[in-house]
Parts: sequence; structure tokens; C-alpha cells
Amino acid sequence: MPELTRADVAHLAGLARIAMTDDELDRMVGELGIILESVAKVQQAPIEGVEPMSHPLPLTNVNRPDAVHPSLSAAAALAGAPEVDQQRFSVPRILDEE
Amino acid sequence: MATTTTTEVTIPFVEALAAYEPVLGLEVHVELNTATKMFCGCATEFGAEPNSQVCPVCLGLPGALPVLNEKGVESAIRIGLALGCEIAPWCRFARKNYFYPDMPKNFQTSQYDEPISHDGHLDVELEDGSTYRVEIERAHMEEDTGKSLHIGGATGRIHGATHSLVDYNRAGIPLIEIVTKPMVGAGERAPEVARAYVAALRDIVKALGVSDARMDQGSMRCDVNVSLMPKGADRFGTRSETKNVNSLRSVERAVRYEIERHAAVLASGGSVVQETRHWHEDTGVTTSGRVKSDADDYRYFPEPDLVPIAPSAELVESLRATLPENPALRRRRLQSSWGYSDLEMRDVVNAGLVETIGETVAAGASPAGARKWWSGEVARRANAAGTDVVPYAASVGVTAAHVAELEGLISSGRLNDRMARDVWDGVLAGEGTPTQVADARGLRLVEDSGAIEGAVEKVIAANPDIATKVRDGKVQAAGALIGQVMKELKGQGDAAAVRALILARLTGAPSAE
Repeated sequence: MPELTRADVAHLAGLARIAMTDDELDRMVGELGIILESVAKVQQAPIEGVEPMSHPLPLTNVNRPDAVHPSLSAAAALAGAPEVDQQRFSVPRILDEE
Repeated sequence: MATTTTTEVTIPFVEALAAYEPVLGLEVHVELNTATKMFCGCATEFGAEPNSQVCPVCLGLPGALPVLNEKGVESAIRIGLALGCEIAPWCRFARKNYFYPDMPKNFQTSQYDEPISHDGHLDVELEDGSTYRVEIERAHMEEDTGKSLHIGGATGRIHGATHSLVDYNRAGIPLIEIVTKPMVGAGERAPEVARAYVAALRDIVKALGVSDARMDQGSMRCDVNVSLMPKGADRFGTRSETKNVNSLRSVERAVRYEIERHAAVLASGGSVVQETRHWHEDTGVTTSGRVKSDADDYRYFPEPDLVPIAPSAELVESLRATLPENPALRRRRLQSSWGYSDLEMRDVVNAGLVETIGETVAAGASPAGARKWWSGEVARRANAAGTDVVPYAASVGVTAAHVAELEGLISSGRLNDRMARDVWDGVLAGEGTPTQVADARGLRLVEDSGAIEGAVEKVIAANPDIATKVRDGKVQAAGALIGQVMKELKGQGDAAAVRALILARLTGAPSAE
């Protein structure tokens, strides 16, 4: 398995919207590298003929009927929002301007 | 990174098509009309108060667990079947991870490599009567996003906005995304094919009753992918993806514009940038949006909170049994049973009158009469009111039964055509049923044969010159006499009967009576 680079960690941090300092990036390259190495051991397991598993329970088709349930009140829904305007969640500028 | 060019070079469509072959790909999102959202029981009503149809699931609050809407799955399967798709016997949802405020979970629950239906096709009829087969790659289930209002920029656009306000009522409403395979070989008809495909798809989901498919309200939305390759080439060029092209006319225009723009780029030796573009309805151009970048690394993985979907063969077959007749085939069947010409049928379809005429004929009117009354004065008034015929008729309370009744008054001999028009005006003005209007306005053909004969005698006596011409064989001169008799009868005569009587008196031809 190719070694984890500092650029990989910076890329992942960017995708996950986690701001990291240079020191943190340096440290994470090492720590994540060790974690990946440990997890990589599963790649040695004999998996021929074993279906990949995404769900541990052998369940399918767990559905509900199309019947309306009461929603939260708008006040309750917005209670946790840092900023509210016109009964809507106010969020910072979406596009980075050049 | 994003470069916005205000005016871009294009070359005329004909020149573009002389050198290049267009390749299209269409992605259409259809919002299902289920009562509740895809993964929670929140209502889906359009136009509700902001953030009044939300709950911990669709707000992405910690610990909330989604449960799949069974009707959403059934609608997805019915759409797949109507498009001739194979239905997956087993499939899963996947998380599409991205950060954007319109998705509070920071991922969209979608399907990735296991769509519920795949590999179908839709035959689209073109204006010239030919058919183009659109191959369907997949139709998968996902959820809609919230709606953002951008504040501080020009006219609500995201560019230049200082902040945005988000309403999550729409977040989580079931969507079916229908993706075509690359559409090749349409040539100069590519814009028409794109439009006809979206129109046919709209007709199908409406016939299935699974969506309102209102492009103007966003319940059906279209992304248009266009690329060009030199004629004779077998490798596709770089594509652009124009987002949110939200009317049939715009689909056609956007495809045409992108063909002209790509051709100009390629003809000048440049290369097309793979990017998202925005369609501008007002100016009829697209502008550059976002260049595809590693921000598009969505890190899909199977959704752990929803178990796999495994529709049984019995379920699929029972849903197949509920499929309506294909709208295009149905139109052809109705056209032949109504005896309409191609042009007449196209007008009826374009006016959205197929169902209405069907109801009117079922109520006892003749197909010709149904078409005449619905597409004449009603259409004119609807047009003046800036709406379509069907909503206009509903707003003034005019029904199929009214048209059938009016026709009955004509065929029973109570009204002539001109009087029927008066009556219809009264019905449209809300004065009541045709019979009520005819009674109230005192409209009734004169049935008193004595009165008709008296009027004929009087007019013949007053016009000896014309009478002589008719006697001498100039039958067409009788028209002037008929007009005067009708005037004597205050318009309430039966023109055919009057004509027969005049001719009988002057030429000895047998009267129709």
C-alpha cells in the first residue's frame, strides 16, 4: 500500500472541512499512517467467495407507509441555528470570491 | 478558478453542424408527489411556511435515523418500468458527501453504482413524424436539497451574495434522477430531440401520476450535457454541463447555444473546458460556472442507516400491471378515433386539451364539436388571461358537460351556429349552463313555419330583382335573400331551412321540410 503523504492528508482535511495547521498536518501524516498500516492487515484475510458486507443485519425492505407525521415547529427547528433571518437558517457566503 | 466570461463567441448553427456531430446527455430530476419525504414523515406541500415541514431526520440532526418511504420506492420502480428499464433485484442507497448549506447532513442520500432501475429506452416522436430512440442509462432514487435565498448580491444570484438564507422544507423530498446514455446521431435535430425527450418524459411521469412534473415550479428539472466531435470521429469531445434548464423551450435553446459555442471554441483551435454552466433564460446564453475539480470527490459509500432494497418479482409485476398506456401511443389511438388531422391533433396536444376533449366526447359531444368549442373562444380568452385552457376553464367553471349540452342544443335544432356562439359567450361569462343561458337570452330557432314563410314572402316581394336572378338559375344570389330573412327573424332562423324554403318558392326545388 502506497505511503500516506502530507498532500494526501491536506486533501482529506480539505474535503472534510477540517482546518489544520502545518504542525498538525505533520503529526497527522505519522498518526494516520500508523492507523492505515494497522487496518491494512485485513487485506491479508482470505475473502475469496465472501460477499462485501455493508450492513451487519440480514434485513431488506425496511419501509414505512407514506403517511404524514407532525414536523417540528419552525421555531423549534430554528432554535439551534446560530443565526436566523426571515424564518430561515442564515449561512455565510457560499462561494469564495476571487 | 471560476472564470466568468460575459460574451462568448459562437458560430451559426448550420456551420457548426457542417463540421461537428453533437453528442447529448440529459439528466432529468423528477420530484415525486408523495405525501411525505423520502426518509421521514414530513409533509411535502409546495409553498408552505419556511422550515415548517422539517424534522430531525431532514435537518440532519445527530442521532436521527431515516426510514424509507415505501411509495417512493414503488414510484421509482414504476418510472423504471415505464422507461423499459430492468429493475434491480437488490440495491442500496449511498452517501454522496459534499459540503453545501442546502444539504444539512453534509451528504445527499442517493444511489451510486446500484441504481434501482437501469438500461431502458424511450422512443421520442419528432415534428417530422420520425422517431428517435433515447437510451436510458439509469433512473435512481435520491432526495432533494433545501432552497437558498442569496442576499446582498444582484437579483438574488449567488455571485456577490454576502450570505444566504436556507429553507429546508424541500430537503428530503423524493427525487428520481433519470440519466440518458450519450445521444449520438441526432445531428441538426439534436435540440429538437432534447426537447422532445424531456416532453415525452414529462408526459410519462404525469400519466403515471407520480409527479406533477411542473418545470415552472421545479418539480421537474433538467441538466443538459453537450459535446461535439468532428464529423466521422469516434471519440467524444469534452462536455459542458448546463444546470437547471427549466422549460422545454429552454432545453432546446440551451442545446443549440452550446453547440454553437463549442463549435466556435473548436473551430478556432481551442479546447472546450469541462465545466458546469448556467443557463440565462432572458439572454438565451450560458455562462461559465464551476470548473470540475477535486471538490467533486464525493467519497460515495453505502448508506449504513438504510438497509438494502430488494423488490420481489411479485411486487415488480404487480406494479407493471398498473402502468398506464404509453402517452404517445395513446395520442395516436385517440387521433384516429377522433378523426383529427395531424395538425389538429398537434394543436390539441399543445393546448393541453387531450384529456378535456376525451371527457367532452365521453359526455356525448362529437369530436369535431369538442375541438371547435374548446380551441376557439375558450382558448382565445385563456390566452388573453395569460393562462392555459384547462386552468382557465376550471376558473370560470366551464366543463365538458357544458360543451356536450351546447352541441345537443345545436343538433336538436334549437340553436343555430351563431346563436350557439352567443350562448357559449354567456356560459364563459358565468351566466349558467347552455340551456339556462339560451333561456335567459331568449335564444331559440324560430320553429313557427308560418313566421318563417311570412318572412320569406316579405323579403322576396321587397327584392324583385334578386328574386328574378334566382329564378333564372343564379342560385348563389339567394344568399342575399337568406341574410335578409334571417334579419327578419332576428337571427333566430335555421339558415338551412330558410335557404330551402326560398329555393322552393323561386325555383320549385323541393323544400327540405
